[in-house]
Amino acid sequence: MSTLAVHDHGVVHHEEGHEHHHKATFLNTYVFSQDHKYIAKQFLVTGIIMAFIAMTLSILFRIQLAYPDKSFPLLETLLGRFAPGGRLSADFYMSLVTIHGTIMVFFVLTAGLSGTFANLLIPLQVGARDMASPFVNMLSYWFFLIACVIMLSSFFVQKGPASGGWTIYPPLSALPKAMSGSAEGMTLWLISMVCFVASSLMGGINYVSTVLNMRTKGMDLWKMPLTIWALFLTAILGVLSFPVLVAGIVLLIFDRSFGTSFYLSDIVLNGQVQPYVGGSPILFEHLFWFLGHPEVYIVIMPAMGISSEVIAVNSRKPIFGYHAMVYSLIGITLLSFIVWGHHMFVTGMNPFLGGVFMITTLIIAVPSAVKTFNWLATLWRGNIRFTPAMLFAIGMVSFFISGGLTGIFLGNAALDINLHDTYFVVAHFHLVMGSAAIFGMLAGVYHWFPKMYRRVMDERLGYLHFWLTFIGAYLVFFPMHFMGLDGVPRRYYAFTEFESMKRWLTVNTFITWAAIMSGLAQVAFIFNFVYSIFWGKKTIQNPWNANTLEWTAPIEHIHGNWHGEIPTVYRWPYDYSKPGADEDFIPQTVPFSQTMASNLPHDFEDNPAGLEHHTQWETANKANEQVK
Amino acid sequence: MGFKQLINGGTLLNTFKNKQLVKNSKKLSSFFAVLMLSGTSLVMAQSVSTADSVTAAEKSEMWTGVAYYVLLFLVACFCVAILGKILKVYDLSLKMQGKKGLNWNGIMGICCAIFLVAGLYGAYWSLTVQGSISLPEAASAHGGAIDDMFNLTTVLTLIVFVITQVALFGFLFLYRGSDKRKAYFYPHNNTIEKIWTVVPAIVLTMLVVFGFFTWQKVMDTTPGKNDINIDVTGHQFAWELRYPGRDGKLGTVNFTLANGSNVLGIDFRDRYSLDDLKADTLVLPVNHSIRINLHAQDVIHSFYLPHFRVQLNAVPGLPTFFKFVPTITTAQMRMKTDNPKFEYLLYCNKICGAAHYNMQKVIRVVSEPEYQDWIARQKPYLNDQLKKELKLAEVKSTDLKKVPANRLALNN
Repeated sequence: MSTLAVHDHGVVHHEEGHEHHHKATFLNTYVFSQDHKYIAKQFLVTGIIMAFIAMTLSILFRIQLAYPDKSFPLLETLLGRFAPGGRLSADFYMSLVTIHGTIMVFFVLTAGLSGTFANLLIPLQVGARDMASPFVNMLSYWFFLIACVIMLSSFFVQKGPASGGWTIYPPLSALPKAMSGSAEGMTLWLISMVCFVASSLMGGINYVSTVLNMRTKGMDLWKMPLTIWALFLTAILGVLSFPVLVAGIVLLIFDRSFGTSFYLSDIVLNGQVQPYVGGSPILFEHLFWFLGHPEVYIVIMPAMGISSEVIAVNSRKPIFGYHAMVYSLIGITLLSFIVWGHHMFVTGMNPFLGGVFMITTLIIAVPSAVKTFNWLATLWRGNIRFTPAMLFAIGMVSFFISGGLTGIFLGNAALDINLHDTYFVVAHFHLVMGSAAIFGMLAGVYHWFPKMYRRVMDERLGYLHFWLTFIGAYLVFFPMHFMGLDGVPRRYYAFTEFESMKRWLTVNTFITWAAIMSGLAQVAFIFNFVYSIFWGKKTIQNPWNANTLEWTAPIEHIHGNWHGEIPTVYRWPYDYSKPGADEDFIPQTVPFSQTMASNLPHDFEDNPAGLEHHTQWETANKANEQVK
Repeated sequence: MGFKQLINGGTLLNTFKNKQLVKNSKKLSSFFAVLMLSGTSLVMAQSVSTADSVTAAEKSEMWTGVAYYVLLFLVACFCVAILGKILKVYDLSLKMQGKKGLNWNGIMGICCAIFLVAGLYGAYWSLTVQGSISLPEAASAHGGAIDDMFNLTTVLTLIVFVITQVALFGFLFLYRGSDKRKAYFYPHNNTIEKIWTVVPAIVLTMLVVFGFFTWQKVMDTTPGKNDINIDVTGHQFAWELRYPGRDGKLGTVNFTLANGSNVLGIDFRDRYSLDDLKADTLVLPVNHSIRINLHAQDVIHSFYLPHFRVQLNAVPGLPTFFKFVPTITTAQMRMKTDNPKFEYLLYCNKICGAAHYNMQKVIRVVSEPEYQDWIARQKPYLNDQLKKELKLAEVKSTDLKKVPANRLALNN
């Protein structure tokens, strides 16, 4: 296995020599930085800002759902024509829903999560001086930022932002006259997404090549922490699936702007016969979900990796079934490409295809179940240290179970007939990929904050933040299941027009207040985050007694991560509480020769010479004991 | 949906307790609602006022309301900060006395245990109370199969849900950190891992097989002789209905023919279209196979009949259809639900524009004689206005298409 690692120590010297030529200026240190640690922070801060914006949007539309008949003059003051008379307009409600979804899925949970932690952790945990291509890495951030700016700028165009739902199905999104958000707002949305995908691809290619080519001496693939495995597989997923979205988007741009009919056919809009013939809206759905489904795994897999790492470190136990964890990640990666059709059971796609996609969809539940059980087994008989990061990792597992189980309903084509596009779906994906992924991200932020900012975040505020958010999220999303079972459709501006939906108004009010509470709880986080950056408690080099490589790097940030040679790796990253060891953790950089008392035959599975040495030592040791 | 039966079937709890819970929850929720309303009344103006009619007084009142809430939030933050400081002082004084500081691992472990108990009760409450506000029994022949599938899945997933959540939070409580213990080094166990790969795989295979057959049954595409073909066309933001006339067949549609008087673009050169009927309400005879042909004119709509467990998208340029058999008449359902105003409804369930939330149609399931009576009273699409227009058009194009034009006139 170790032959897979590439040891390029010659390059190291070159890089060090190279460093002296460049003068660190303000611009290349703090703005156009090519240092992976700084780019990670840029991604994180941008991601957090976008998350707050998207959260505010969600609270706005929750207020509309809770009080459909009331007027809030404040809204008119703040939003102007989007909220005439203090009530959100139906068009703007749709825009809010759309932009909330887009920002959360792509800008927060894809770029904010993968961008931050892949950039921070890949070089530090595999032992590389930086990314394979630091310049492309920098470009990746700047394309992301441009995408963010364009997306937000759509709030300032005459007809408002895109409003066809984050899935932007044509013809609704293709016909500017079909709804106000399909005018300039949709154009901006499409441009923004093209920039975003460019950013995502540049990042992804970098992550893959860094993991494959730049691991330090001894770091073979089976010694990589699960975070790296998850981020690596996520990057592969992104590189293979995002281009398909671009294809779909470009064709949509053609339909919108150049009069083609890729997605349009037989259309009579507002009594006007349109000239489009021969296209198929279903084609777009296929292209969109070919990305869209892997996308949800792009969102959740880094969260899984981070949680695995955080849970192992804080249970002071090795992750249970490391190989099974990796294989299940690989299984999820492969299967995620052949399940997209479960979003389209009721689109009129051939029912036979529905049956096929149902089978593949339910198969993907198996690796997910294995992961869950392995996390539980990791906690079993641990010595659990409740850092805020640990709590968020646990919250991630809890949400993943709750939301994952409802996926078994929705993956079943027969049940999907009545549940499709109802609040049941909203509850499902907000738990399994929304809340779970954001909790994974928060776990990562609390856990690696010392690595990023050289200080520790306040624990007690972290506890407050966790419990309010955790309980709040369940209060928001749990009741939605039952609205869905009652057949309440999602993306409804108000529930006032249907007699049978009026009984859900009180529940809606309750959900809105739970959402406001969880929203306010984020103030505890942002305060903690900003305060700790400047005035937090200074960290020690390895604050969590963790094994992975990033904690062997010096606290102060240096270009190239380690002084002198990059440390060599000798063992897997999960030697916690190993019997016979002096401490309850053995970093990856400690050779087996220094821990003779705690070595196990299992440690030398692919190393016969080591095993022989180990047995010799064991027999000698036994003999010694007998003499005593 | 099937949820209600599942709960009321007495498998989960006795009905008495259920009722009491409902009562309590209603009280609670109304109390909550009152609290919230009184809280928000400050931010809300008393009347819906347009932008230019907002007076200065109203404006200042609004800002007072905003200030009130900001202040409230700041006070809350302040309290949290004070609480934090007290904890810190307490922690420090403990340490000064030579004792250990606050044991956060212990506290969080207990919080997890409390959350487990409270959470399980909350889930139970939500399942029983909110779960019982659900759709009545399926009103279609295939709906029962879907509901059975649903119940099976619910039981299985609930078992897994309870076991895993109890294990998760139970372990957190039991194994909360302590300096005295050391974690148990347990990196893997292939047997256990095989078991929990194979068991979910078997359970899921079972669900897939059941689901697959249910799905095949529901999506039955074999044409039946007695199917009533009904064309349903969605456009922003209404549904158009077209019933076949005495010939039992629907005429062809061509979107290029659509205009103000011929909304659907029916091709009247097709003789089957001449007697096609227009209807406002989707009236269906009970226990009769219905084939709904779905069309959309502008954007994608979704034909969603939750009571019948029917849903299919209406896609422009891609006609689709759904076959089902309604089994309970509206009158019967009114008795069953104890609601004299009950109506089956058709919702649009695919985002289609600003008024998507109000794109509905009433469906009425009636007995066969009532249906015959009703259909006899429906007017054909080819009304006098349309006839006039078409004749005019035919006259203009006589030199191009003589025969069909004459035929159309003769048939009238």
